[in-house]
Amino acid sequence: MIDVLLYAMLAGLGVAAVTGPLGSFIVWRRMAYFGDTLAHSSILGVALALFLSISPTLSVIVICLVLALVLVVLQQQQTLASDTLLGILSHTSLAIGLVAMALMPEVKVDLLSLLFGDLLTVNINDVITIYAISVVAILLLLKLWKPLLAMTIHEELAKVEGVPVNAVRTAFMLIIALEIAIAMKVVGVLLITALLVIPAATARRFSQTPEQMAALASFTGCLAVILGLCASWFIDTPAGPSIVLCAGVLFLISLMKKN
Amino acid sequence: MSAPLIRLSGISKRFNGNTVLSDVDLHLEPGKILTLIGPNGAGKTTLVKIVLGLIDPDEGQVSLHSGLRIGYMPQKLHIDPTLPVTLQRFLKLAEPDPELCLDAAKEVGIEHLIDSPLQSLSGGEMQRALLARAILRKPNILVLDEPVQGVDVVGQEALYRLIGQLRDRLHCGVLMVSHDLHLVMSATDEVICLNQHICCHGHPDQVSNNPAFLELFGSKTAPYTHNHDHHHDLHGEVIDGVSTNSHSKECRHD
Repeated sequence: MIDVLLYAMLAGLGVAAVTGPLGSFIVWRRMAYFGDTLAHSSILGVALALFLSISPTLSVIVICLVLALVLVVLQQQQTLASDTLLGILSHTSLAIGLVAMALMPEVKVDLLSLLFGDLLTVNINDVITIYAISVVAILLLLKLWKPLLAMTIHEELAKVEGVPVNAVRTAFMLIIALEIAIAMKVVGVLLITALLVIPAATARRFSQTPEQMAALASFTGCLAVILGLCASWFIDTPAGPSIVLCAGVLFLISLMKKN
Repeated sequence: MSAPLIRLSGISKRFNGNTVLSDVDLHLEPGKILTLIGPNGAGKTTLVKIVLGLIDPDEGQVSLHSGLRIGYMPQKLHIDPTLPVTLQRFLKLAEPDPELCLDAAKEVGIEHLIDSPLQSLSGGEMQRALLARAILRKPNILVLDEPVQGVDVVGQEALYRLIGQLRDRLHCGVLMVSHDLHLVMSATDEVICLNQHICCHGHPDQVSNNPAFLELFGSKTAPYTHNHDHHHDLHGEVIDGVSTNSHSKECRHD
């Protein structure tokens, strides 16, 4: 019994560690809706994995990355406002995924656990996958830290100063896709953005440098995971929503600090 | 005559079927300040982005001097308030040595703000911060897109003076964009008046008397080179014995 809690805790902490720095960039770059769209598209990824009988983790990473690149190209065309475009792709991909799953009656999908996470069912293999992907994501973020920061402040200035902006942007999309693939298990498709945005917003008031904010966001995210899982364990609430709720409460507490 | 730092020939660019630039030639030599002026939508920023390599032209050639280091000052920064970044950190993105960052901040007169959050800087301070970041790259050409934007008139004059000083010290070429006509005329060696094509170019005095320029901007807005045959005192009254009745026809102010 206790190993259920242990695996859940390890999985949650592994995911929350990456959401700190990644979520900070998503907040600084105002990409919350972008992240949300990619998260929704992971339902399509799961449907594809069921159809092809391949690993859902791999399928979600690929679908998210493809959708991210399509979005970047469409945004550059500028025929539709960015948020309209995101709204269309977000819900269309979610709908395709749901319809596709309904058309495959031979597979039984627990839709609720896809949408809101099912942390208490993770096994040792899930934990290993989560940590392998987390390490890759964090190493990539460390390597891209300075060019990403320069691009976040001014993309064209960064490009003139020699930052390969297209390559860095694509790598950043890959990191988002990786994180979505592992966070899906923890908080579910609908709550991934919350785990990215809320800890970063909480950390803002206590940070003087970008690095401080990223580290503090990871810490806040981990704290939310621990508190949420405890709540889930002792008062039998759903784990994913409990974690997000704890993150929200921590944010509210942070508002008490005077600026 | 030294070899030009940049040479553009026959540059044309269209966006969605609309011609933004057609057959534009331009060259810039070390130690010279070249200013692009023109109304909104004249293609000034597009031309600058072509020089910077941010946009490819549809036609024409861009040749840059080998080993060219560009210091670029963009029009504006939109930094999200959630990003905790000080002026020093901003400068360190161009130059990791904090001493050199402080020197650059000193040179543009904002060393007292080195630990301030970037978002707390005023319009003029922000322009100076951008200028400091541009000179940290030890450029041989400075590309400045509307460097005095959002700065009051006194501050604009000071900024243009600073740009002139930087040009003298770095002996770099300066390409800048402006749509303010009055102050920039005294701060530049050469002017190109752009309205999708080059309307006229040359020394500021020649350009501001050029019919193409006057047509584009209207004679009222091109007051710099009116030939004063009189002086004003502090209250604006005409002195030096010239009566208001003989107010020169060259003088276009009301």
